[in-house]
Amino acid sequence: MWMIEIPPFVPFFIGALILLFTRGMLRSVIMIAIPIVSATHLVMVPEGIHLQFAFLEYQLTPYRVDKLSIMFGYVFHIAALIGIIYSLHLRDTMQQVSAMLYAGSALGAVFAGDLLTLFVFWELLAFTSVFLIWARRTQRSYDAGMRYLIIQVLSGVILLVGTIFYAIENNTLEFGYIGLDSIAGWLILIAFGIKCAFPIAHNWLTDAYPEATVTGTVFLSAFTTKVAVYALARAFPGAEILIYIGAAMTCFPIFFAVIENDLRRVLAYSLINQVGFMVVGIGIGTALAINGAVSHAFNDVIFKGLLFMSMGAVLQMTGRINGSDLGGLYKTMPKTTILCIVGAASISAFPLFSGFVSKSMVMSAALEEGYDWIWLMLLFASAGVFHHAGIKIPYFAFFAHDSGLKANDPPNNMLLAMTISAVLCIAIGIYPQALYSLLPYDTGYNPYDATHVLAQTQLLFFSALAFVWLNLKGMYPPELRSTNLDFDWIYRRAMPNALQHIFSVIWQADRALRDALKLRLNIYLNYFSGKNGRLSILLSRNYPSGSMVMWVAVVLATYLLLSFIK
Amino acid sequence: MKNDKKYLFDNPNNVKRLLHILYACCAILVVLDLVIHRHTMHEWEKLWFFYPIYGFIGCVVLVIVATWMRTFLMRSEGYYDNPTETGVDNDSLNNNTLNNDMLNKKGEHHVDD
Repeated sequence: MWMIEIPPFVPFFIGALILLFTRGMLRSVIMIAIPIVSATHLVMVPEGIHLQFAFLEYQLTPYRVDKLSIMFGYVFHIAALIGIIYSLHLRDTMQQVSAMLYAGSALGAVFAGDLLTLFVFWELLAFTSVFLIWARRTQRSYDAGMRYLIIQVLSGVILLVGTIFYAIENNTLEFGYIGLDSIAGWLILIAFGIKCAFPIAHNWLTDAYPEATVTGTVFLSAFTTKVAVYALARAFPGAEILIYIGAAMTCFPIFFAVIENDLRRVLAYSLINQVGFMVVGIGIGTALAINGAVSHAFNDVIFKGLLFMSMGAVLQMTGRINGSDLGGLYKTMPKTTILCIVGAASISAFPLFSGFVSKSMVMSAALEEGYDWIWLMLLFASAGVFHHAGIKIPYFAFFAHDSGLKANDPPNNMLLAMTISAVLCIAIGIYPQALYSLLPYDTGYNPYDATHVLAQTQLLFFSALAFVWLNLKGMYPPELRSTNLDFDWIYRRAMPNALQHIFSVIWQADRALRDALKLRLNIYLNYFSGKNGRLSILLSRNYPSGSMVMWVAVVLATYLLLSFIK
Repeated sequence: MKNDKKYLFDNPNNVKRLLHILYACCAILVVLDLVIHRHTMHEWEKLWFFYPIYGFIGCVVLVIVATWMRTFLMRSEGYYDNPTETGVDNDSLNNNTLNNDMLNKKGEHHVDD
């Protein structure tokens, strides 16, 4: 059947083209239809390689379907549909087209069967998504988008170099298990790591996502990091270093999240924290751990999308997003409040919500494999994520002190998108078997035994108790209008300053050198002109050589003239 | 038009009720810890009240450390928008003025003379 051979990115790219020529209702219908049609098509596609051709001496495989890639394929379709519904009210061709291309690129990347195709979509992800940041049309968003683009393209370039090394070493471009025993492996890991927001490479995320548009952030949160998680799961399952990197990723962002004022930036930090759980799962590499990582990526796309949507709704309706400006919105935005709380409960992994059924797999795998300290870190991060994403976000936006802001619940399309996400969060939480049946491995894992449920509930309730206690004691840090320095300070402030300093020293040295040289030259010139002056006394003092040349020319011209006359 | 409607948490009693529910839940969970037989996989888990204590202390430590981090990480909101503002970093401030002086001093004898 020829239909099978159409990779899922094609309908999205064609759709983006059609969007350019349509307006109004028709455009909305097409935007909604594309992910639905493409998803229906994907459900029918069997596993295997569906598109392959030779390029130079290598086999390229732009379309390969297996258990791992199809999970991400499904969730990207869901995320695209939810994001599109959420942004239906927009009248901004740039955002709509780039969102469509961005979703298509993410799908292209997860179904890529070779490294070169992966590289192409890797770069397309960067170039299509940056417009969602620039679409805010402020100087801040332009600068943040530029930094985002530079870092993303850098990741792509490193991936390309790694790919070339890999192709030379192994004489194939197939994208499968790569491992870390060669330079190519390390280069590719670094490239994936940048997109995955590994520590110290994470600031593109916390810098750019909060500067994107209300709807743009929803798309951004779904695709880029999850493509990187997929790529890690494909290429480096069981790489031990990922366990430690992932554990660091779960822990350090929660400290920043607690003191951050911009609530969408808080969510960006907690996005890194959640990706950390996935990276730990991939690093452990057992069937249970990989299942945990993949299903957590699936759930995270939905509940993190829901949280970004609810904060987007707040930003859209009030024009503010800083915790210090907000509060008391539950009175005027009750539906958004409830939907946000569902998202918060899911990310905090409350039993019966989606985060619980996937995160517990990673935690159990860490214990089973004897990573005790890692398990303790993950447990701390679980409590912390509840603290900053589960309590802080809804509390400061919708409760806390009454900010007196007048707002309403957002337009119906935004509410609908949030409702779909919330229903999915609860449905997956209540009936996880539906999700588990899609996973790459069959482990027969059951999250709902008394031990797990009790332990997790105790952890969360006592975290909440800590929040209440700290608040009553007045020890909870108030929301302050501020910027918190993070690693991006190095390249946004320290490096420019250092460069400026270095260059000023270089210019100074350069000037001193030039002055010394000029002085020397002048001395030599004076010396020669002095000699020349003495020589001139001997022959002709009063006739400079210029006039002599002129008279020679005159004499020669006269000769020439005479020769013509003759 | 002034909004006179009373909302759920405008009444302090409701806030108190909510907190009492939370305290009750916590108490029940602690009691359940003694009642339910748990399949522990790790020796720390066998400790009584391991999860409640860890959750509570973890969060308190988190907040205290984060608050302490503010003392050296916090800058004004427009920190990055204004390249001359450096907050506590006085060295680089001096460097900036130094650079400006040097730029002015160079005058016409610059690189391309």
